[in-house]
Formats: sequence, structure tokens, C-alpha cells
Amino acid sequence: MASKRPEHQGPPDIFYNEEEARKYSQNTHIIDVQTKLSERAIELLNLPDEESCLVLDIGCGSGLSGEVLTELGHQWFGLDISTAMLDVAQEREVEGELVLGDIGYGMPFRAGSFDGAISISALQWLCQADKSCHNPVKRLYKFFSTLYSCLARGARAVLQFYPETPTHVDMITQQAMKAGFTGGLVVDYPNSTRAKKMFLCLFAGGQVQQLPKGLTGEEGSEDVPTQARFDRERQRYKDLRGKSLKKSRTWILEKKDRWRNKGREVRPDSKYTARRRPKPF
Amino acid sequence: MKLITHNMLTSNILKGVTKGYPLKIHPIKVENTTVDFNRDFIRRILQRIEYDTLRGAVIDLGLKETLPAVMSETMQQDEGFLIRIHKVLLEYEVKEGELVCPETGRKFPICQGIPNMLL
Repeated sequence: MASKRPEHQGPPDIFYNEEEARKYSQNTHIIDVQTKLSERAIELLNLPDEESCLVLDIGCGSGLSGEVLTELGHQWFGLDISTAMLDVAQEREVEGELVLGDIGYGMPFRAGSFDGAISISALQWLCQADKSCHNPVKRLYKFFSTLYSCLARGARAVLQFYPETPTHVDMITQQAMKAGFTGGLVVDYPNSTRAKKMFLCLFAGGQVQQLPKGLTGEEGSEDVPTQARFDRERQRYKDLRGKSLKKSRTWILEKKDRWRNKGREVRPDSKYTARRRPKPF
Repeated sequence: MKLITHNMLTSNILKGVTKGYPLKIHPIKVENTTVDFNRDFIRRILQRIEYDTLRGAVIDLGLKETLPAVMSETMQQDEGFLIRIHKVLLEYEVKEGELVCPETGRKFPICQGIPNMLL
């Protein structure tokens, strides 16, 4: 069966042709998903509040993620390999500056240019070798090492990607660490197949930063206590396996109910039902 | 391509090129647009701009705006100077032309305002 992953269908500069690129300006589902991912990535980027920052968008495509950055008052540069996608971005009149380039050859930017970098669903393309001269590991290393140098010290890079196999995740994180980044993988909704999203959250030098926690979908709901509750009363195992303790009041009430349902003659329930009788001498 | 992009771009992705900066611009078509002035951003970005490269680019493009030879601390507070930097950085756009690597002489074409840095 043919694979559904776009990486398998051809190199990105050819796969994202006019037809594919048009989807990114018309398909509301795609736009919605991309916008949500970008919002989360920017949240993880942890840019200073109320300040206009310069952010690099790697694999910016039609500039959907860039629009989110613009809304938040940041300036951005977009780098992409597909001319058709960049044409769509220009048609949409995005605010950012667009550059055509292959991230596997490195970032064509001066050291310390950016306050942060985001990338939405682009990194998995680097795991493919589309030409005989391509070596995914080397290309990833080149990408991360040049990304490291073009970020300001202490800046973050948040890269969302769809890994095909766990080995790809290892390969990507290994090369990122080799290039000098700290940080790691943040997984949102790890227990869901569809909603699960992986963000590689990288720190370029600076002081030690805490890796943010992934979302689980249980935010806002009450905390479930993880420790046993202290109780003075002795707990009787009444509801053990759904059945009441034999001869207890609930057991008798349930039994009377059952009998009533069968149409047998049963005395009505009262406060005296199942009352303990005095012990005979 | 705006001059802010040119200020950040290098050709160090080429093999054997160590610095690849600044790239020379051969403009064919330059457009002038208006962009909202964002004082905080300009002041922030001014720390990161290579001033000499920016002056070189202004000369390459043959713009009317002129920038003083050296940038001093006091000028960074001056509103008029910030507006001038804003104009130069964000309002002029090279639509067609070429970027040339200073070390190898390799040309990177600019098409419809997008510099092509593919190798």
C-alpha cells in the first residue's frame, strides 16, 4: 500500500507545487490545524511580553504560522524551499520577509540574528534523502549547527514535527544536542493517536532553562489526589466488586428490590429495615 | 527583499566560505512602500544591525536617504534618526536583482522580492 506521508511522495520543492500550495490558502481545516500548532509553538517559545521580537520561521510555507506571529506583534523571517508556497505567501500579503532556501544546507543568516525560531511540520522532511548526495544525519547536523549560531544567546527554537518512526526522533534530538542545544522533546496529548503533537524545544546557550511540560488535556480540571486519603473511620469494603456486604442494610435493600421486581410480596422499606436485633440471653 | 533581510543574510552556506558577509546587491527594480513605524522594534533591532553593512546597502541601492558615517549612543535616542533607520530598513524593497557573495562571487537571484539562496 502506498504511504500517505508526503515525504515519501517526493522532495519538498516538487511536492509542494501550485496545486498543493493552494490547499494551504483555501482548506480551512489545514489553516485551522496550522494556526493552532503555531500558537502552541509560540507559547513554548516564551518570548518576552510586550516586546516586538525578530523570529525565524523555518519552513514557513504560505505564511500561516507567520500570520500568528504578526498578530502577536512580532516581526518574522520565513525560510522555505518551495517557490509555489512562497508565491501563495506573497499573494496572501504576509508581513514577514521571505527567503527561498534549503534548510539542509544550513541557515543563510548572520550569527545572533534572531530572538527565537519556530518550525511547523517541516523537520521530518530532513529525515529523507531525496538526492543521492543527501545524507539525513549530516543535513540535520548542518541545520542545527547553523540554527544555533543564528540565534541570540538564550533564545529558544520550537520545532514541531511528525516523526515517522522513533528512530527519527532519536536521530533528530541527537543531532540537535550535538550542535550544542539543550532542551528536549515536549509531547502534547501523549495518550492520543491523533491529537498527539511533538515539539522539539531547544535552548541556545544562556542560563539553564526548565523544559516546559506537554499538555495532557486535563488542564483546568481538579487535581486528582495521588496519595491515599487519611480517614479516621474504618472503611468497610461495601462496594467490593459491585456487590454489597452480605446481611448489611444495603444488601437487604437490594435484595428486597430484586424480590419486588420479581413480583413477590415484600414488606415496605422503613427506618427499621435491617435493624440489628438484641442478642438473646 | 528589504534591507533588514540583507543585513542578516550571509552566503556562508557555500562550501569554503567562512564569513560570506556582507553580500553585495545588484538592484534592478526597487520599490518604496510605507510601513507603520514601531519605535520599540527599531530600537531593539538597532543593537543587532551591522551599521556599516546598512550604509553600504543604501549606497548600493542609490537611495535618497543618507545615514551618518558613525552611529553614536546619543543618536539611538533621537526620534528623527530612528525614523530614518526605519525607512531604510523596512520601506525599501528590492523586487528584482542579485545578491553577490563577496568571497566566491556566486550570484543569488532575487525574484519578486524573494532572494533565492538555493544551491
